Amino acid sequence: MSEDTAEQMRETVDAVYRSDSRRILATLIRLLGDFDLAEEALQEAYAAAVEQWPRDGVPVNPRAWLVSTGRFKAIDGMRRRARFDASLAEVAERLQADAADPSSWADVGVEDDRLRLIFTCCHPALPPDAQIALTLREVCGLKTEEIARAFLTSTPTVAQRIVRAKSKIKSARIPYQVPARADLPGRLDTVLHVIYLVFNEGYSASSGASLTRADLSGEAIRLGRLLVELLPEPEAVGLLALMLLHEARRAARTSPSGEVVLLDDQDRSLWNRDQIAEGSALVERALSSRRFGPYTLQAAIAAVHAEAPHAAATDWAQIVGLYDVLLRADPSPVVELNRAAAVAMRDGPGAGLALVDGILERGDLEDYHLAHSARADLCRRLGRTGEARASYRRALELTRQEPERRFLEGRLEELGDS
Amino acid sequence: MRYLCLIYDKESDIAGMSKGESEAFMGEYFAFTEGIKKSGHHLGGEALHPIQTATTVRVRNGKVSTTDGPFAETKEQLGGFYMIEARDLNDAIQVASKIPSARLGSVEVRPIMEFDQP
Repeated sequence: MSEDTAEQMRETVDAVYRSDSRRILATLIRLLGDFDLAEEALQEAYAAAVEQWPRDGVPVNPRAWLVSTGRFKAIDGMRRRARFDASLAEVAERLQADAADPSSWADVGVEDDRLRLIFTCCHPALPPDAQIALTLREVCGLKTEEIARAFLTSTPTVAQRIVRAKSKIKSARIPYQVPARADLPGRLDTVLHVIYLVFNEGYSASSGASLTRADLSGEAIRLGRLLVELLPEPEAVGLLALMLLHEARRAARTSPSGEVVLLDDQDRSLWNRDQIAEGSALVERALSSRRFGPYTLQAAIAAVHAEAPHAAATDWAQIVGLYDVLLRADPSPVVELNRAAAVAMRDGPGAGLALVDGILERGDLEDYHLAHSARADLCRRLGRTGEARASYRRALELTRQEPERRFLEGRLEELGDS
Repeated sequence: MRYLCLIYDKESDIAGMSKGESEAFMGEYFAFTEGIKKSGHHLGGEALHPIQTATTVRVRNGKVSTTDGPFAETKEQLGGFYMIEARDLNDAIQVASKIPSARLGSVEVRPIMEFDQP
């Protein structure tokens, strides 16, 4: 075979790896009942493809070929090791017997395997940071180092989270299953929460110099799409819409020098119209189900903003109405704060300030920098400069984001702070 | 697979129940135990006397020391346990969530470690 053909074959194998390795892994985990064994089998199957496909040609169904090759490699490996550890012989026999039944490894239920993988990685019995790490590693195929970099932690820390989570899956026997209908709403919430946390980590980094880490948001949107494809529940659709509508504003959120640009001041021509159109259509779809929840409502609010050609044209009455519904569906002081900001836009800064002060007096958001910067902004608009300065300073003490700090310092300077 | 369900209650909550409340609570426990016997989950289970009856034993340098009270002071106290047989963790969580104390206190679910017979 010429070098060109070898090169082409290598590319074919790589392409199948990129597009299908996660599906194959998901199926191998089900067949082998073990994450580590499945990962090893996946690597061996690809190594075998690199060796055999140039000689025998690309199989008709590369994915099925890789699954069955991986599985038999795993069984072989176990037989070899059984010479030293008799308990493995029994496992190898059982896997061999299962493998003889073609219904267990055909393409049947393969889509379910990816859902099984998602629900297992996001099992509520695993700690939240492990759910995130495991999902990014197993479902998205990110490397441990990539996850560590994205979350500003060390590689050994992430590696340990993953090892511990896999060990708990095994010892506590967390099943490789899509939850039963009755448990689905609660379990889906955990999955959506994991995806949303990944998105937010990428969209508004909780600390550090860069305000956005686009890769992580992109990964979350890919996960959201996969979930909607596999399990089109209204809230999954709503979350995807929410992420797209936020992502659409990415280019407008920071100035070329990396400064924060607030929604009102953003150059709306920089908003991504395709993402807005897709997000808005998804909001409609989720709302029409009448089984929507907080993600859909937040997406609906983002869609109202997206539809306004300029900030002054925003339909604040509709936004306040949506916040009212959201507050009933998912009461939280942060939602209350956002509602207060919308009320300020509809009824004037005085009305908003009364609400913000009420929230702060309860002590709920005392340490939340956005509550103080919202108060500062309303005081500024009311001409209560002294109070505005005090609240901007409080916000400055609390924020950990460098661009936020510069934004707040800029506002203080405008108010003549020395 | 076997799991131990460790039941933690605030003893003061239990002690503070009226006679009627306490009887109703015990009734729930009897019904729960009957239920998991019928479903085949039940392997065993006991209620414990309150922590003021607890004694903690340690041996250091070959010397036995005993102290009054539980191993650790906690907000909720270990008050009983069930040993169950469950298909997997989801099945065990299902059973644990029906233990009456899950509503008042908490239930810790721990898988039993199986050792290979030599």
